[in-house]
Amino acid sequence: MKVTIDAELCQGQGRCFAIAPDLFGFDDMGNGIVIGDGSLDESSLKLAQLAQANCPEHAIFIEE
Amino acid sequence: MTDKKLVEDFATDWDHTDPQWVNDPFPIWEDLRGRCPVAHTERYGGGWFPATHEGVSKVAKDTDNFTSRTVIVNYGRPGEDALPAPIGVAPPITSDPPFHSIARRLILPAFAPGPVNALEPAIRELCNRLLDNLGDHEIVNAGDEYAQFIPPAVIAKMLGFPPEDEEFFREIIHIIINGVDLEDEAERIERFAPVDAYFTKQIQDHIDNPRDDLTSYLLNVEMEGQKLSIEHVRGTIVLILVAGIDTTWSSIGATLWHLAQNPDDLARLVNEPELMPVAIEEFLRFYAPVTMARLVKEDMDYMGCPMKKDDWILLGFPAANRDPAAFKDADKFIIDREENRHVAFGLGIHRCAGSNLARLELRIAIEEFIKRYPKFELADPAGVTWAPGQIRGPRNLPIRVLK
Repeated sequence: MKVTIDAELCQGQGRCFAIAPDLFGFDDMGNGIVIGDGSLDESSLKLAQLAQANCPEHAIFIEE
Repeated sequence: MTDKKLVEDFATDWDHTDPQWVNDPFPIWEDLRGRCPVAHTERYGGGWFPATHEGVSKVAKDTDNFTSRTVIVNYGRPGEDALPAPIGVAPPITSDPPFHSIARRLILPAFAPGPVNALEPAIRELCNRLLDNLGDHEIVNAGDEYAQFIPPAVIAKMLGFPPEDEEFFREIIHIIINGVDLEDEAERIERFAPVDAYFTKQIQDHIDNPRDDLTSYLLNVEMEGQKLSIEHVRGTIVLILVAGIDTTWSSIGATLWHLAQNPDDLARLVNEPELMPVAIEEFLRFYAPVTMARLVKEDMDYMGCPMKKDDWILLGFPAANRDPAAFKDADKFIIDREENRHVAFGLGIHRCAGSNLARLELRIAIEEFIKRYPKFELADPAGVTWAPGQIRGPRNLPIRVLK
């Protein structure tokens, strides 16, 4: 499983990297970025889902 | 306030400065969601108000049909003193694509988490200085003597304006925000004269004596190989002041107002400081201070409404945040709400550029206040007044400190 951020949709609301700082970071503009390749295990999946549920722009995607 | 006719039906004659809306807008919005959901008014030259999360989202993301040329509802439309779209008077908030993203990319790095988080120690120190000044009085005014001081001091520091001008900043904000009720263009320009003069002086001082701050950054930064015009720099400074001060102090004030009346929530925050980041998002959802506006670009039918060119759209992010279609138990404040897709900072390309700073100021202001005063209540619940217009927050907030 993998988490990605759609850079077109992301507006830098800043919720993902506050909720899951091990999974998400930010660029110079404050937009969210995925740290590493975004691979998820069971515990990081929960955090990724929580970040997804808090993203006002619906910019976070989790793939099987 | 002018002596306006009181609103009888918000569905056909809304007015966001009507006393009923100012004091308690939530039942109005709930009612509108149930039967409109897009309300209309002939006031302010005509306008619309979508009361649902869906409607607000749709307009916020639709820069083809709506312009941000001006974002504060008033009687006029941008006059001769306004730069034409897509730049607008206060880029990038008043800019449309494609210019918008160019102007926005100039300021975003200054408000990204990195530089903003570096301000944390200074903000904490400021809050403690203010709390020291409040002393051990039984009654403290958490609005005038605390919440209102924090954002101007932080922004002044970022812009490199003299710290002793803080008081004058707050006057400036009132002049600009309260311009909402001024029908007379000449009077508005006259009232804004001291504001313009002050910014001209500060900008000139930075041209003469460049230094490491946001004003010098704006004067030196290049956009497509050219430095910004003085008008662009001035507009951006106006934006940073207006957008960064009234808004954040309203949030701090509303949060303290809530905690003063909800001892269980206050006790949880005192005892579980790790809850603070989640709680801050719920405060932002429940007491979102900022409502924005757009203008309709061309006549069109939209969301079932016959919109006319230059009609206002009042973009009620606070109303969207209370929509039960988007939030479970939307009208309940849940301090540990886990899923919270609130839109307090807007949606789409105009997401509040200062959101990282606002969150940081709000969190530290509350953390330090409740550390100093772990128990408090409203000293005069009926005496709390809410600011009219598009920035909602308590203005008079006397708090009784409990032992």
